[in-house]
Amino acid sequence: MTRDKINGRRLVGLFLLGMLLFNFPLLHLFNRPMLALGIPVLYLYLFAAWSLIIFLIHMISRSKPDTPFPDHSE
Amino acid sequence: MLATETVIFASLCYIGVLFGIAYYGDRRADIGRSIISNPYIYALSLAVYCTAWTFYGSVGRAASAGPAFLTIYLGPTLMVTLGWLVLKKIVRISKIHRITSIADFIGSRYGKSMTLGGVVTVIAVLGIIPYISLQLKAISSSFLLIQQYPSLKPLPPSGSIGLWSDTTFYVALFLAVFATLFGTRNLEATERHEGLVAAIAFESIVKLVAFLAVGTFITFFIYNGFADLSQKALSSPELRLLMTLPEDAGAFSSWFAHIFLSMMAIVFLPRQFQVMVVENVNEAHLNKAIWLFPLYLLAINIFVLPVAFAGMLSFGSSGLDADMFLLTLPMADEQVFLTLLVFIGGMSAATGMVIVETVALSTMICNDLLMPLLLHMPSLKLAQRRDLSSILLSIRRLGIILVLLMGYAYFHYAGEYYTLVSIGLTSFAAVAQFAPALLIGIFWKGGTRTGALLGLVAGFSVWCYTLFLPSLAGAGLMPQDFLEHGPFGIAFLRPFELFGLDVFDRITHAVFWSMLANVGCYVAGSLFSRPSAMEHTQATMFVDVYRYVGRVHDSSVWRGTAYLPDLVSMLERFLGKERTEAALDIYATDYGINWDQSLTRDPGLVNHIEKLLAGAIGSASARVMVASVVKEEPLGIEEVMDILNETRQAIIYSRELERASAELRAANQRLQELDQLKDEFISTVSHELRTPLTAIRSLAEILHDYPDTTPDRQREFSSIIIRETQRLTRLITQVLDFQKLESGRMRWAITTVDLKDVVEDAVSATGQLVAEKRIRMQVNLPDASRCVEGDRDQLIQAMVNLISNAVKFCDPDRGQIEIRLEYVADRLKVSVADNGIGISEADQKQIFNKFQQVVDPTRGRPPGTGLGLSITRQIIRHHHGELKVESTPGKGATFYFSLPLKPTAAIPAQ
Repeated sequence: MTRDKINGRRLVGLFLLGMLLFNFPLLHLFNRPMLALGIPVLYLYLFAAWSLIIFLIHMISRSKPDTPFPDHSE
Repeated sequence: MLATETVIFASLCYIGVLFGIAYYGDRRADIGRSIISNPYIYALSLAVYCTAWTFYGSVGRAASAGPAFLTIYLGPTLMVTLGWLVLKKIVRISKIHRITSIADFIGSRYGKSMTLGGVVTVIAVLGIIPYISLQLKAISSSFLLIQQYPSLKPLPPSGSIGLWSDTTFYVALFLAVFATLFGTRNLEATERHEGLVAAIAFESIVKLVAFLAVGTFITFFIYNGFADLSQKALSSPELRLLMTLPEDAGAFSSWFAHIFLSMMAIVFLPRQFQVMVVENVNEAHLNKAIWLFPLYLLAINIFVLPVAFAGMLSFGSSGLDADMFLLTLPMADEQVFLTLLVFIGGMSAATGMVIVETVALSTMICNDLLMPLLLHMPSLKLAQRRDLSSILLSIRRLGIILVLLMGYAYFHYAGEYYTLVSIGLTSFAAVAQFAPALLIGIFWKGGTRTGALLGLVAGFSVWCYTLFLPSLAGAGLMPQDFLEHGPFGIAFLRPFELFGLDVFDRITHAVFWSMLANVGCYVAGSLFSRPSAMEHTQATMFVDVYRYVGRVHDSSVWRGTAYLPDLVSMLERFLGKERTEAALDIYATDYGINWDQSLTRDPGLVNHIEKLLAGAIGSASARVMVASVVKEEPLGIEEVMDILNETRQAIIYSRELERASAELRAANQRLQELDQLKDEFISTVSHELRTPLTAIRSLAEILHDYPDTTPDRQREFSSIIIRETQRLTRLITQVLDFQKLESGRMRWAITTVDLKDVVEDAVSATGQLVAEKRIRMQVNLPDASRCVEGDRDQLIQAMVNLISNAVKFCDPDRGQIEIRLEYVADRLKVSVADNGIGISEADQKQIFNKFQQVVDPTRGRPPGTGLGLSITRQIIRHHHGELKVESTPGKGATFYFSLPLKPTAAIPAQ
């Protein structure tokens, strides 16, 4: 398995995580007119989840899984 | 006081800086030191996604629908996580095939189809027009507002203003000139614009800095931070609503639909395709860009909600447009510098979008719509024109102007009645129509041109009906009845509630129906149509793009030859002399070709030239052009036969391999069997050797230890010893014989033999054995003596073997053996019959094999080595006969063979 393939799978996983975080059942939990840390909770949640996703993309795209093979694109 | 002159002067300064950057970028590119070749510039250029919609519209959206504005930025974040799968593949394909636009990509995927490229172009242009009008609206609104500084009042509707006094019209003209100067200065072989990208990246910095600066000011200086604003909003029943999504199915479905739309938009908006794919310098830049770009989106959205709250709190009921809060808030606070900064920021957001979008669209209009049409009109004789590059440039410039004027027209008649975001979403829904043809097309080879065409047309028609036409109707260009009661009063067909579907908002409703029609027609059309050879090749090249790395030159199914001068002059017409020479030199060095060697060019070069041209005028046009000078040799029957033949050879070869391996397997199995038999043989032989040896030894010990045994007993013992040693000798001889026979080292002493003598000798040799068992032996010999050729001793051995075999299996009480010799035609048949237990059908096949013995469950393993019959059979075979057996179990067995008679049937000389 090459680095690209491993990272590709991780990113697809991340995509699924994002679909989960940014969609109905979880959004519903935070969908109330309240403040946390002085910020409406839904916004706080969305920006936090968004930052998490960006951070994870950053970690994945930077990581180099150990692989005995040189980095081919296929 | 902020004079109009100051605003215009600042704008011109800003645009001057942009030109400077673009010029510098192009210069650096020309000397091969690109300034855009790094992931940061690439990520910033992707941020052309953030237009006036983001800059002004998000605040307006947040002020009316709360969190919904975020969907437009969450979608792209999700899409880049699929970057490796989708974006990287698209980028790779485009690089290999020198794709210049999304129309080119889709046309190319489906067999370099001109029709498809044209349809995509039309959809893109019509779909993007509302989006362009959005930018015009933003610039003109901000310009009109800033002119009022420092007083604030709502803008009058511009529909009533005449064309020549409408600011927006001049903005459109200004942008057209601007885009023309930027995008169409010269005709690139690769359709890349380094200077343009550099300027776009700069604009992305400007709009981000402007938004953050003003956002910080509004949040922390006009109000006291996030918490203060939120607290105030929480206590207002109206603003409270903006903190959450409405709790109904419609809100969540539109939330999801908007995320889907923005996911598609980030790839399929012509300008995104342009910066992400066409202008991509290095695939590796995607690695960094996929997190930098979402980070940019996050940053530019941080202050959207606070600004929306602030705007609503400051002028909630003054009738000011919420879309312009970002500008009106600093104006109300009389911040000259910040007001100007916002204006410049908004302008950078809008101009960035307009430039790239119109360049991308004009490229499509030129390469995928007009050029193929013009080239197909023989009356124009365009293909024969000397210099086409100036025509191409003019077409593109006209394209840019046309797109902007249409954008203006849409704004003038319809745009005013909608918010920035709802106009933008209309465009998003249009470009989402490209998704099935492109996304499915790069993963599924089965998609055909017919399917793609049907899907696009169906999806686009639904889009027109459910979004575009109603937007015109809303503006009064069509009867309002059409919206409320459906066409001709058919309520069933109301454009916002098609077929009675009324659970969605307008955008979601349109997305649902258009996607359903699009994907449905695409898949059905693909399944029920057959692709042409060209479509098939292109499909494979696109789907398996990673597999064909480095083999691009074999990509074409059409082979052609052409004369070099024709090809070169054609390239020169499009690219100019210098670029042509440079491009051909690179090809020559790469493939070690000497131009002087021959004038006729191979298909590889023709393909290469087609690709070069495709970079300039799109793949469909390039094909038309190349076809005009190349003597095309489509796949002839011969080539097809060749291909078939090769395939057949491969199949035959693989069958041979299969057979060989099957043989090997069988041989291996046989070896294993033999190995096992050998083990058994050795154990049998050693057992057979040990029995007489034990007897001999014990008798010899008795003789040795008791010298006083009676002479009678001594004689008896020694005779047993003699008999046992004879048995041993026989056994060893047999083993040696067998070994000789097996290895073919047996020496045959061939003479003329009378079989009668042989049989008699054998009978007398076995007489003792037969007598011991009290077996009745009957020998039937013919009277006449006829001879065969053979080794007398061996034949005797064979007969002895057969007789002793018969003795072994004879009935123990009333044993009977019959030996018969008879002439059958010119052969002599010998048979030996016994009346023993017989041999079962299955065992009949086995008994002639070496070491094979018939094991009787009641009597156990018979004495002997199991070599007798095998040896006999070998001997008979050597004499051109075959040893066979006939037997009924329980009634004895008959072994027989026949040998050819010697032609001169004489009495033996002996």
